[in-house]
Amino acid sequence: MKALFTTLSERGLLAALLLALAAPAAHAQTDLLGQLEQSTQKDEPTQLVEATFKATRLINGHTVQTPGEGTMVFLISHRFGALNSGAYQFFGLDAATLRLGFEYGITDRLEVGVGRSSLDKTFDGFVKYKAIQQSTGAHAVPVTVTLLGTAALSTIRYADGYTRNALDRTAYTYQALIARKFSTDFSLQLMPTVVHRNMVVNEGEKNDVYALGAGGRYKLTRRFSLNAEYYYLMPGYTADHYRNSLALGVDIETGGHIFQLHVTNSQGMIEKQFVSETTGNFFKGDIFFGFNMSRNFTVKQRYRK
Amino acid sequence: MVSSLRAGRRWAPLLRGLLVWLGGMVLPHLGLAQGKFMTKTGHLTFFSASIMEDIEARNDKVAAVFDMNGGQIAFSVPIREFQFKRTLMQEHFNENYMESDKFPRATFTGQVLDAAQVLKLLGAGAQTVEVEGNLTIHGVTRKVVVAGTLQHRDGQMILVAYFNVAPADYAVDVPLLVREHIAKSVSVRLNVACDPVSPALTQQP
Repeated sequence: MKALFTTLSERGLLAALLLALAAPAAHAQTDLLGQLEQSTQKDEPTQLVEATFKATRLINGHTVQTPGEGTMVFLISHRFGALNSGAYQFFGLDAATLRLGFEYGITDRLEVGVGRSSLDKTFDGFVKYKAIQQSTGAHAVPVTVTLLGTAALSTIRYADGYTRNALDRTAYTYQALIARKFSTDFSLQLMPTVVHRNMVVNEGEKNDVYALGAGGRYKLTRRFSLNAEYYYLMPGYTADHYRNSLALGVDIETGGHIFQLHVTNSQGMIEKQFVSETTGNFFKGDIFFGFNMSRNFTVKQRYRK
Repeated sequence: MVSSLRAGRRWAPLLRGLLVWLGGMVLPHLGLAQGKFMTKTGHLTFFSASIMEDIEARNDKVAAVFDMNGGQIAFSVPIREFQFKRTLMQEHFNENYMESDKFPRATFTGQVLDAAQVLKLLGAGAQTVEVEGNLTIHGVTRKVVVAGTLQHRDGQMILVAYFNVAPADYAVDVPLLVREHIAKSVSVRLNVACDPVSPALTQQP
């Protein structure tokens, strides 16, 4: 009925006539809303697609998400030892690597973060910028694109006899994160990646490592999703001597916390480590069980204008 | 139309009668359209107070239409336009509670009770009114009666109302873990100033 009246109202006087003849108060009420919806839909603004992923991390790597202006994220990431390390090591649970991180949303699009990993005693920092945001409406944009630049400084005392200065110990990662939220439940992301190590020691090893990552999430309920992430190393020295990083996990959201539980063949939790230094063979049991726990704090409250 | 009526003199009285009859149908309708007030920038804020935290959001994109003739009111509230102080609250509000992908709008259509009486007194100043109608939130429609004030000032029709909404009534699911954070009854404040609309505007597509 409503649709019928909406169509009719487009026909000017005839519609007015018919309405006057046919529509008693009850229908006029429905039509009032119909008219309202019609007039608001005309100037429907471009609607940004939000919440492509729940967290700023998919599993090991970043998602397109940024925390939003004034929000600080405290992120604890943790990987146990390898599942195949035997009963003596309690199947990996005796060993652990950890990364502590703080992230802050300077604007709704720009985010900075710092972290410290126990693996190779690495300090890292990153800048992340949401350059393009997926939207619907008159000028729809199909994907969200976030650019990520990271620097990692490993401070471990190497025992290989080479002397290294701070620059030699530094590696950079550049990523373009391209994601699309296909539906409320389903999102996919592609991650072309370059890792640049200032210094490499092995014969034939290149400073630059190229990889293409792909990942996604599927929400089973509103607060629970399945995630997967895979980084494919482009053919070269690294692809020959290391393995592609694979990770499978779940997101559990509880109020201000997000818990991510997962299994992966990478022990590192920063790009340089899991993209270019993964050695574990997932299918031979080199599986690291781990979790990320993030807590959001509102540092600066805001009403978006 | 008028010149063609003059051409056929024999049918003129009959046609004139028909015109009057039709006019009688059309004119009240036009009168009704003239008495319409509309806005797309009404304000709505809600406030949830609990032991754990206070949650507050505001929306400045409320669309409303008020029909003087008959005293009918309709509202349309775009859910995604609610602005929260905390970014995460806003995300959870849309993603987990209101499911604004599925239910992008909350709507209300209602009728001012004793409309004739109230509208007659409107010239004298602000009137306290009761509006009965259907409130649809999160895809659930319920019959409600809301009290508010109606005022005709500087050519605008100003509607103000305070009322409470219980999330549970509209199938808004609150998980056990955060149950203490969200009020059982959320207070809503509505303030819209509607501008008069010419009939031409409402009739054009």
